[in-house]
Amino acid sequence: MSPRPFWSPLWAGIALGLALFLTFVLTGHGLGSSGFFTRLTAEIGQWLAPELTAANRYLGDYVRGEPLQAWITWEVLGAFIGALVGALSGRRFRPQVERGPSSGMGSRLVLALIGGILTGLGARLARGCTSGLGLSGGAALAVGGFVFLICFFAAGFLFSFIVRRYWQ
Amino acid sequence: MIWPLYDSGVASGLLAGFLFGFVLENAGFGSPRKLTGQFRLEDWSVFKVMFTAVIVAALLLWLSKQFGLMGAGSYYVPTPFYVAMAVGGLLIGAGFAIGGYCPGTSVTGLAGGRIDAIVFMVGMVLGTALFAAWFGPLEELYLATPGPQGQTLMDLAGIPEWLIILVLAAMAWGGFKLGSKLEQKMGGPYQASDLYPADNR
Repeated sequence: MSPRPFWSPLWAGIALGLALFLTFVLTGHGLGSSGFFTRLTAEIGQWLAPELTAANRYLGDYVRGEPLQAWITWEVLGAFIGALVGALSGRRFRPQVERGPSSGMGSRLVLALIGGILTGLGARLARGCTSGLGLSGGAALAVGGFVFLICFFAAGFLFSFIVRRYWQ
Repeated sequence: MIWPLYDSGVASGLLAGFLFGFVLENAGFGSPRKLTGQFRLEDWSVFKVMFTAVIVAALLLWLSKQFGLMGAGSYYVPTPFYVAMAVGGLLIGAGFAIGGYCPGTSVTGLAGGRIDAIVFMVGMVLGTALFAAWFGPLEELYLATPGPQGQTLMDLAGIPEWLIILVLAAMAWGGFKLGSKLEQKMGGPYQASDLYPADNR
């Protein structure tokens, strides 16, 4: 079965803007993602090394309570369900390792891991990611959001030159 | 001032998240080839969708304040830490180009069946753990150069909010034009039919 086409960027952008505004109305803040992964890291730390995690100055505060009992956990779970419904209804669900035509499976997974590590570090340093700081901070017209977005795009273009052969 | 409702319950999170994920997937943002196409200038969807969403939400927030539905300062505006946010932005931009996702789009990618998105998530957990482990030496950078609390573009530029939104809309319009021209030249953007061959299932 052939996939349904994507929404046009303009309509997808308007829909995302409406969803973002609704989130501000509901909660008083925007959408996010990386906060969930911080809490997940605290939770995993609690299983693997409880004393070390509790003593850590950054993660320690999270494990005083239940790290995953937070709005952001429900939001990320909702995002997963929403994207799953989108993929299934759009006939776009494909179990795969998505990669460029000239990229091997192994190199793709290594690059995914490296990219994830850089992203995890960056999101903690910036106190947010593309959605929490870039999109939501941008909508709140926050200077910090735009500082983030300019640097995000600049580094994206720069590093894309180095890895473009893996994607094309 | 009836908004915001300050509802941080389960249903509020699930609803906001559902719409977020549903829109991202329908924009094609589960696909790392499409996402990274932005930085090869072949596919300007990331710029177009993000910029449009920022302007739509900013406009609606401004209107809500104009009509007295929402109070000034009633919603969260992040305080800038210029250096940390710049360096964090650089790291996430690099991570996006190399790994193919950002945190939110990796959730979208996984929901579409992508194993590489799980590996990216494992990387994010490792990166977060590294940050926590190195928090001592990183703390100075983390706390350096704070700006005024909740600083907005209006505070910075000294011009009214509606004018900022108008300037952003003009920049977006220019970006749409330039992007569509480059997409045409580079043979983009990626269509669903390029990324999901029908004979795959």
